[in-house]
Amino acid sequence: MKDPTQNSKLKTQNSVLIEHSDSGSILSPLKALQFLARKPVTVPLEPRPAAANYRGFHLNDNEKCIGCSSCQKVCDNAAITMVKVPHLPEDPVNGIRNLRPAIDYGRCCWCALCVDICPTSAISLSREYVHICTQEEIDSYFILPDETGIHGEFYGQGWQKSVDSDLLDLERQPMAEVEPAARIDNFDEIVNGYTDQQALIEASRCVQCGMCHDACPTHMDAPEYIRAIWQGKPEEAVRWIYQSNPFSHVCGRVCTHRCEDACSIGRRGQPVSIRWLKRYAMDSVDHQRVKEIAAEGKVDYLSGRRIAVIGAGPAGLTAAYDLVRKGHEVSVFEARSHAGGMPRYGIPEYRLPYEILDRDIDVITSLGVKIQTNTRVGNDIGMDQLQADFDAVVLAIGLHLGRSTRIPGAEHKQVSKAVDLLRNITDGEKFKLPKQAVVIGGGNVAMDIARSIARLQKQRFGEVKVTVTALEDKAHFLADPVEIKECSEEGIEIFDARGPQECIVEKGQLKGLRTWKVRSIFDEQGRFAPAYDESDELVHEGDMIIEAIGQMSDVSILGEQLTEELEWNRGRIQVDDNGHTSVDWLWAAGDCVKGPDVVHAVADGHRVAASIERWLSGRQK
Amino acid sequence: MRPENYEAQRQPPSNEYELNFGPNHPGIEGNYALKVKLHGDVVIEANADGGYLHRGFEKLMEQRLWIQNIALVPRICVPDPSPMELCYSMAVEQLCGLVVPKRAQWIRVLQLELSRIAAHLFTFGGHAATTGMYSTMYWGVTDRDLLLDLFEEFTGGRVYSIYNIPGGVRRELPPGFLQRVTETLDYIESRLPDYDNLFFKNQVFVRRAKGVGVMTREQALAWGVTGPNLRATGLAFDVRRDDPYQVYDQLEFEIPTEESGDAWARTLVRRHELMESIRILRQVIDALPDIHGSIRAPIPNPLAWNVPAGETYTRVESSKGELCYYVVSDGGPKPYRVHVRGPSSMHAVQVLEKLAIGSRIEDIAQTMFSLDACPPEVDR
Repeated sequence: MKDPTQNSKLKTQNSVLIEHSDSGSILSPLKALQFLARKPVTVPLEPRPAAANYRGFHLNDNEKCIGCSSCQKVCDNAAITMVKVPHLPEDPVNGIRNLRPAIDYGRCCWCALCVDICPTSAISLSREYVHICTQEEIDSYFILPDETGIHGEFYGQGWQKSVDSDLLDLERQPMAEVEPAARIDNFDEIVNGYTDQQALIEASRCVQCGMCHDACPTHMDAPEYIRAIWQGKPEEAVRWIYQSNPFSHVCGRVCTHRCEDACSIGRRGQPVSIRWLKRYAMDSVDHQRVKEIAAEGKVDYLSGRRIAVIGAGPAGLTAAYDLVRKGHEVSVFEARSHAGGMPRYGIPEYRLPYEILDRDIDVITSLGVKIQTNTRVGNDIGMDQLQADFDAVVLAIGLHLGRSTRIPGAEHKQVSKAVDLLRNITDGEKFKLPKQAVVIGGGNVAMDIARSIARLQKQRFGEVKVTVTALEDKAHFLADPVEIKECSEEGIEIFDARGPQECIVEKGQLKGLRTWKVRSIFDEQGRFAPAYDESDELVHEGDMIIEAIGQMSDVSILGEQLTEELEWNRGRIQVDDNGHTSVDWLWAAGDCVKGPDVVHAVADGHRVAASIERWLSGRQK
Repeated sequence: MRPENYEAQRQPPSNEYELNFGPNHPGIEGNYALKVKLHGDVVIEANADGGYLHRGFEKLMEQRLWIQNIALVPRICVPDPSPMELCYSMAVEQLCGLVVPKRAQWIRVLQLELSRIAAHLFTFGGHAATTGMYSTMYWGVTDRDLLLDLFEEFTGGRVYSIYNIPGGVRRELPPGFLQRVTETLDYIESRLPDYDNLFFKNQVFVRRAKGVGVMTREQALAWGVTGPNLRATGLAFDVRRDDPYQVYDQLEFEIPTEESGDAWARTLVRRHELMESIRILRQVIDALPDIHGSIRAPIPNPLAWNVPAGETYTRVESSKGELCYYVVSDGGPKPYRVHVRGPSSMHAVQVLEKLAIGSRIEDIAQTMFSLDACPPEVDR
């Protein structure tokens, strides 16, 4: 730095003339006598309205507030405590807690960071600034504000959230995808995954409220693994992920992400991409290392108990994973040639590559879970045999039978079930590829089969001719909005609010599907009873009709005696809260007892494993 | 039998005594004290005695997120908090490579100069009170309140504005605000002759202040004196001009100086600075309506904000002198180290201790107020 004393410019800059000679006289103050006639500068001591932007006591809109506690986290003086307000609603699935911020005004410094960070913009500051309390009621400095302020009297809103002051990043990092033209003729994965930089930025958007944890069926520690990603510690993230989900690769790709629906950032912006962050964490750690992390905490002894699991899908394998970690010997019986269940046989490869699914399964088998594929219980081994050989049996057989619409013509051989076709595609089995296909259904399975058929058509015929007819209108579609968007991109036509009436068969040949416009799906009692507008009829031409309207379990494996013994609930096996059936040694989990997706199956697997563990510990060997 | 190295303990002469000047004393600014040794009523030794604030700002900052410190730093200098916010924000901006939008830079200068005027008015009031002229104090505090009204309007807080944030400022100016600033400035300017008559030209003040607490330019430079105190020794050094920050390089203003280096000169420099600040503000008011755009560079979610590792040193000209922040980041969510070089940490300790020697006891307050020392800058 330059030496100021050597700088001549500085010395000559002293251009302000100061009148040293006129220093005034001793009588100068007498000039102030003129002020006797002026209005006094003091003002009467009475409340004055504060400025419109004033940072006074807090206001909180209890309707808007979701109790996410971001205000508490940003408060630099720990002045905010989240207090339970019992009369307010609590709804974890939708990301609402009945916690509200109470402010200790002995600590608050009125910096208004709580306002600027609030994801819902519920909290704001008022223009009220006077609060007096006596020694006896000293607690009145600790206040739970509501929309009327702290004195039950509204003094006007002061500092509120504005576009300028918002501290949250409301836009998520875009996910790179393969362009429709490049993806339509193959089954390569569409989603590219986040780069390191994107993952870091996306993870930094999280406010660690934990709404995602509460909403997740298996209560994944999303805030913790997101934080670990943000800290650049993907291994730590994987460790957190394996606390609650051994199907992490799968869930990182195809989870229905209830967490993101509950995310508090999603209140005003786009929720944090929790699913893609999980995928990022799993993809960025070496597979061998993932296995080591998953093995942490596994007991180093054998309990001597044997457990059989029927079905190597997410529910069955999760239960197997939990039980083998407790030292039990677990055998999984899988009817098909490969383990994986519905994620393998129901989800197309462009959404979930088989190699990725295999990694999850490999982690589980590396812990000692034995999977016997091509072993159909009921044919290759009987339930009575399992009962005799094992201490407990878990039934996790999924929903592998497609339901039929039972409309006229539905028995034609060119009318297929979506699950059967998806399974054929996975196994590489040949089937007659339609030149023009009509899909009945508006859920994710319908979209999966439509898009799979479209890819095969493109490969074989060079053009896509697939029509989807859904009972629901666009606003109430069951499928993921992304699926619908991508369907349209890939040239698949979607007709909403169409009710299937007949599979038109002429001279033994399938010609198409006749549909009517749907007026309503449910009756006044809320029962499924579609009403149609018969005047609005369409015929969707096609040489194959695919039914994707739901699935059911193949419970024939149970055998007559067991079927008789079990209690049933509308076609599904009746289980208690822990997945325990009415038969002592039998548990049921996953889609066969309740749906509808992978993450619920994983949650079910954990629940059943915990129940079996408790049951075993109370039993003599 | 005394050992050879025995020395009898020196007993103070009976006309020497020690006096605790402060921490509770009207002649002391803030929670601060001087332990003075007197011969009669002449100071022969003075020892600064800080530590009454016991807040530990610098250590506290290491425990807080980067964003949380914006609410803490203004408290290091209550009468002039804006430079504190700015200097900290500038440090974080440098570490992160944030580019502050032009409009935010102009608004920051507006805030800084308003704060400078408010701080000087407050100091004059306090200084006048030490010479028994309480009317000046009432006026100073009342006129400062008009500026605080402006602060309340655009920052939401009267004293702790907490308005700067790394990347820019937190709020857009309210509609019609610049007009109200103009009115207030006109009023303050119209008051200055009254202040001159009541205080600056008042012989009570002049005779009390002239020749008190004299320091030469060489002493000032050796002791690390900055700001108006340095300029009162005739050296026109001002960070705003010599190492411009924000948009000071686009503004025209003078650096007032005085030559005599005593309490009177220091106070007079501030008096002239008032006019320069008003001049700067008028330029800002003219320029601001034509400067559009955002008022803050985008920053990450403050709860998950890792500032890149590195260290930086930023400096601004506060009303007290050169205010600097040395900030070290280890790449984490909280500062690794923040060091605040408040100008008063020199003025209130080594300078005051030396200038007090030889003066009469009643002039200690003159010296301290003319140095415009702010004790939290010592106890930081």
